[in-house]
Amino acid sequence: MTLTPDPTFHATAKLAMQAPVENYGFTVMLSPDGSQPDGIAVVDLDEKSQTFGQIVHQLIMPNKGDEFHHFGWNACSSALSPMSGHAFLERRYLIVPGIRSSRIYIIDVKEPLEAKIHKIIEPEEVFAKTGYSRPHTIHCGPEGIYVSTLGGGGEDGTDGPPGIFIMDCETFEIIGQYEMDRGPQDKHYDFWWNLPQDYMVSSEWGLPPQYEGGIVAEDLLSNKYGHSLHFWDLRKRKNIQTIDLGENHQMALEVRPAHDPKSTYGFCGVVVDTTNLQGAIFTWWKGDDGTWQAKKTITIDPQPADPDDLPELLKGFSAVPPLVTDIDLSLDDRFLYVACWGTGEMHQYDVSDPMNPVLSGKVEIGGIVKDTKHVNGKDFAFGPQMVEISRDGSRVYWTNSLYSTWDDQFYPNDEGGQMVLARVGENGGLELDKDFYIDFPKGYRSHQIRLEGGDCSTDSFCYPSV
Amino acid sequence: MTALWGAVILSGFYHGINPGMGWPLAVSAGLMQDKRRSIVVALGMLALGHLIAMMAILLPFSLMKQLFLWEKELRYIAGIVVIVMGLYLLINRKHPRFLARVHPTKLTLWSFLAATAHGAGLMLVPIYLGICSVDSADTGHQAAQSLMRGNIINAVKVATIHTLAMTFAGGILAVIFYFWLGLKFLGRTWFNLDIVWASSLVLVGTLGILTARFGH
Repeated sequence: MTLTPDPTFHATAKLAMQAPVENYGFTVMLSPDGSQPDGIAVVDLDEKSQTFGQIVHQLIMPNKGDEFHHFGWNACSSALSPMSGHAFLERRYLIVPGIRSSRIYIIDVKEPLEAKIHKIIEPEEVFAKTGYSRPHTIHCGPEGIYVSTLGGGGEDGTDGPPGIFIMDCETFEIIGQYEMDRGPQDKHYDFWWNLPQDYMVSSEWGLPPQYEGGIVAEDLLSNKYGHSLHFWDLRKRKNIQTIDLGENHQMALEVRPAHDPKSTYGFCGVVVDTTNLQGAIFTWWKGDDGTWQAKKTITIDPQPADPDDLPELLKGFSAVPPLVTDIDLSLDDRFLYVACWGTGEMHQYDVSDPMNPVLSGKVEIGGIVKDTKHVNGKDFAFGPQMVEISRDGSRVYWTNSLYSTWDDQFYPNDEGGQMVLARVGENGGLELDKDFYIDFPKGYRSHQIRLEGGDCSTDSFCYPSV
Repeated sequence: MTALWGAVILSGFYHGINPGMGWPLAVSAGLMQDKRRSIVVALGMLALGHLIAMMAILLPFSLMKQLFLWEKELRYIAGIVVIVMGLYLLINRKHPRFLARVHPTKLTLWSFLAATAHGAGLMLVPIYLGICSVDSADTGHQAAQSLMRGNIINAVKVATIHTLAMTFAGGILAVIFYFWLGLKFLGRTWFNLDIVWASSLVLVGTLGILTARFGH
């Protein structure tokens, strides 16, 4: 508890953009075969520093095989609503779940260079108190910390549907399941919300047997991965509408609502359309009649390829799909970044008109066929994946691993973890910074990035930008 | 007597400037709907919720006050209740989670619950009982019925004047932030009043007991 709100809490997205820039980043270190413990790398992002663009601290966990993926803050700008009474929390702890072990680490990063483990929640406690497994996305909100899970109960996580659970934002005690009425929701991936408008949106990947051992081609070709968006009454904890995007739109993953709470729209990325191998972005919005709508507003075509250049999984198609695996929206809701992990491209779309996105910038790096090198001449393993945007919108960071077993299927000959930086032009455009290239320690891959003081995929705002 | 009514107004200002009693929600409402009128509507809803919370505490006391033979005892008990609430808030620093489950547009309900959970109504009880006590001493021994009517009228007056003062103070802040300061200052001017607030309850309860013992 503090005397005045944490200076990294901002009433509006616009104020967050004007705030001091990030000095540190936190990036997942993943041991894909579980031979080493996973960790969090602290990266120096202060451009004036001697060690800019280097890993300056590593916090290695005491267990092996956790499989770190996504993580988040204990508190964000949402604390500035008087309604929830959390105004005096500190943005101090990272909540880092292991999606394979279901263990959750609470990491104190008040002093980034002395980051330390504050608390460990063992898997048994997660299972017993929630009935869920494989915790994934973290958001802080009205009732505390919300954690989405990718698995239900039981050994293989298929005993009951996965969902969201709530943790106390001060003691980190698990409180229990979020849902009171989940409707038809039976798979889970990402979720986010608009707090003043009191709605939440959630998406679907697949059930644990469909991803833990690798992508299941038969399931994909028979459209058995998730393809729906669920809209919730956030505070009533009730599913109010489910939109089926069409079963060919396999794996609806990241959900990115507009940051300005006055806006009632957002975006969702779809990994692959099984009819044509396209990647897609859907825009969703609330119609005049109060019901939710969704429309495909971006399609990204697959690129023809020689089967010899393709992994087993794709040889039959003679093409490489874009594989849209992550998207991120800048705080001014102007640019949407779309990671095409298969083709090795990072796209930037101007989404000022959310119904008519326009491609405004592109970086080619990595990729199954093209395997484009970084502008500094070095290799980039896999393709562009988890992407994070600085609050001011001018720097875009990304890493390269999707998920341990999937990396191996799509990129059987690649290994390694990299984090790179691209700079955004005044009116869009995207260019790699040749001096920023982090090669992760041997045996580690990298995944999600969090920026000190908040970033574009964590903070939710309670007041509209003026 | 003037001091007691002054305390009613001051406590109103005190509650009003506390962001935890909701004035930032009025700013948010004005911005969300792009209408200045929305600020007024939101302040009205917050005021109504606060008023109901005050009445919900004061009216039962006004009925108990009818048992004027035990007047002193009642003021002692009231003082102790207020002190206990203050101590409870000092020890249990967690915010009630049910407040976070109220729909963001249901400001009257939220304001009622927030005021009740923080013992805002209780803070007025010793002041109110003091006013009633002075009143009955001034007017001598009246019929029980007319005393009771007087007590109820006093309860309504205390709750209304307090709420008007609270809305005035909160309203001024909301307008200043909406038109001039902007939300940038919200985070800088919002002080953690939790301990001060809880201590105020203890203080008011203690003063209530002392004045019952030694004064009016």
